[in-house]
Amino acid sequence: MGKRSVVPFGPQHPVLPEPIHLDLVIEDEKIIEAIPSIGFVHRGLESLVDKKNYKEMMYIVERTCGICSFMHGMAYCEAVEDVMDVEVPDRGKYLRTIWSELSRMHSHLLWLGLLADGFGFESLFYQCWRLRESVLDVLELTTGGRCIFSVNKIGGVLKDLDDDMIKAILEAVSKVEVELEAIKKTFLFDYSVESRLKGVGVLTKQQAHDLGCAGPFARGSGLKLDMRLRGYDAYKDLDFEPIVSEDGDGYARCYVRTMEIFQSIDLIRQAISKLPKGDIAVDVKGNPNGEAFVRVEQPRGEAVYYVKGNGTLFLDRMRVRTPTFANLPGLVETLKGAQFADVPLLILAIDPCISCTER
Amino acid sequence: MSELMNFAPVVLKNLFSKPVTKNYPAEPAVYPERSRGHIEIDLETCIMCGLCMRSCPSGSIKVDRPNMTWTINRFDCVQCGYCTVVCPKKSLTINPGYQEPGQEKFEASYTKPQPEVKPEVKAEAKPEENK
Amino acid sequence: MTEILNPENKLEEINHEKLLRKVLVMKNNGMRLAQMCSAFVDGKYELSYSFADDETYELQTLRVIVEPDTAIPSITEIYPYAFFYENEINELFGVNVKFINNDYHKKLYRIDVEAPFAKKEDK
Repeated sequence: MGKRSVVPFGPQHPVLPEPIHLDLVIEDEKIIEAIPSIGFVHRGLESLVDKKNYKEMMYIVERTCGICSFMHGMAYCEAVEDVMDVEVPDRGKYLRTIWSELSRMHSHLLWLGLLADGFGFESLFYQCWRLRESVLDVLELTTGGRCIFSVNKIGGVLKDLDDDMIKAILEAVSKVEVELEAIKKTFLFDYSVESRLKGVGVLTKQQAHDLGCAGPFARGSGLKLDMRLRGYDAYKDLDFEPIVSEDGDGYARCYVRTMEIFQSIDLIRQAISKLPKGDIAVDVKGNPNGEAFVRVEQPRGEAVYYVKGNGTLFLDRMRVRTPTFANLPGLVETLKGAQFADVPLLILAIDPCISCTER
Repeated sequence: MSELMNFAPVVLKNLFSKPVTKNYPAEPAVYPERSRGHIEIDLETCIMCGLCMRSCPSGSIKVDRPNMTWTINRFDCVQCGYCTVVCPKKSLTINPGYQEPGQEKFEASYTKPQPEVKPEVKAEAKPEENK
Repeated sequence: MTEILNPENKLEEINHEKLLRKVLVMKNNGMRLAQMCSAFVDGKYELSYSFADDETYELQTLRVIVEPDTAIPSITEIYPYAFFYENEINELFGVNVKFINNDYHKKLYRIDVEAPFAKKEDK
């Protein structure tokens, strides 16, 4: 048995986009234990419900995270709509679905790039981000913002898509599909990529369930867990099957996310082909009184929104449980027994979003 | 299953194609029509109700009713566009073009032209310097 | 077509003495702890323990209402990964949670204020 020592990892680290600190207990090059600590970017967003009314909160909730921003706003609106018994018009629901899937595409492309950067494949990283840029361009064209869209409102959406925009979306996703097909080969079949990802950080199906993992991280371990199956928004009319991989290693997580981009492209096409005509929003009167839990599938996994209103403009409580919060225990488990050099890759594998986690 | 030289076609294609990025300062950036850049006010229709001030999530708008001025701190504005949604007269619009960076934050004031006063004191940005 | 699984969310109000027994039942039913949160309403803490069934997509919530000075038993013995949630409500709301495995002693978020979310009255 070698000598044990503790290596602090983070919050500042070249591969970590966001601040998480881990105390790694290592024995030679092997990790025995990892103790996570967060709390470097806690902003107290949840307590702003005391000062901002429930309609303004939409814009604050959206700024919880820069990547899955749209789905945060959407989940919040759905929770408030649930409390107030508001039915969003069908076109509004479909538009939300289209924008959700576009967000998922750009988030997963971002993650693939970061992963490539994590294992030192710089030019693959730039290829992924180049593709992501074409998704961001179409998002800016349709909503006015590249990452933060501000198109949600309680009762529907604020902006409609016209024919030119629908054409632009279809063109952009076709372009991404063709070019991703070329990059996909590198991610899934390349010798050097496989040697970095296969068998690294294995989390079995049972472990993933026992640790309460969510999203692509859990699906990479064989759990068929996708909140879109709840059929919120337009997902009830669309045909899809969650992408699951049984291996539970880094390669499986990469596979799940790569294939989910193709799934998103398919869902966008389905939603556009079925896009109904009509209103995009309804007027909302009164104040929320009651409580609701809403779960949506964000790019990183299941997010739980809890809203409790008391009949005034100001909510009693708004709570966000972000996917990374659920995935941290799983991350700690995968780190045990891993090699020290794989730590950055394993942290990236859960797609951490620490700012959302601390809110 | 594993293959070698998977990335070579992408690299070769990349080598012989034009850069995907824009040659930015030489070539101007193009913003789409819906791009949320900055807030503009139409003082002709504005009734100085102050709804935008009360509903701004970042608190960057000030409405001074006695002096009929509408002030925005463009550095605090987060371009959410909520003021344009709540404005009862729809005199606020959000247009492409971002605020240029500066050394310190300043506010831009707009005074509503009074019917009896000369008409040329209209919408003019006044940087408050040397605070 | 995809099969839609969207059962109603359930909410059950229980006494805090029955909490551990109820949570154990959830664990034995194979439920996953989806979230845990606290709210400070009318001078009392409202704790919500939400459990998700990943087969049927059902969300069951256990609601415990306690006075501010009542101690709540930790459920980390049953759900080890609950320690993040319990540390969070302990730090942000000041809920007294006993026997947390991995107690961060109010150092999870590095904040100055003691229990900032529980001070609603002095806005």
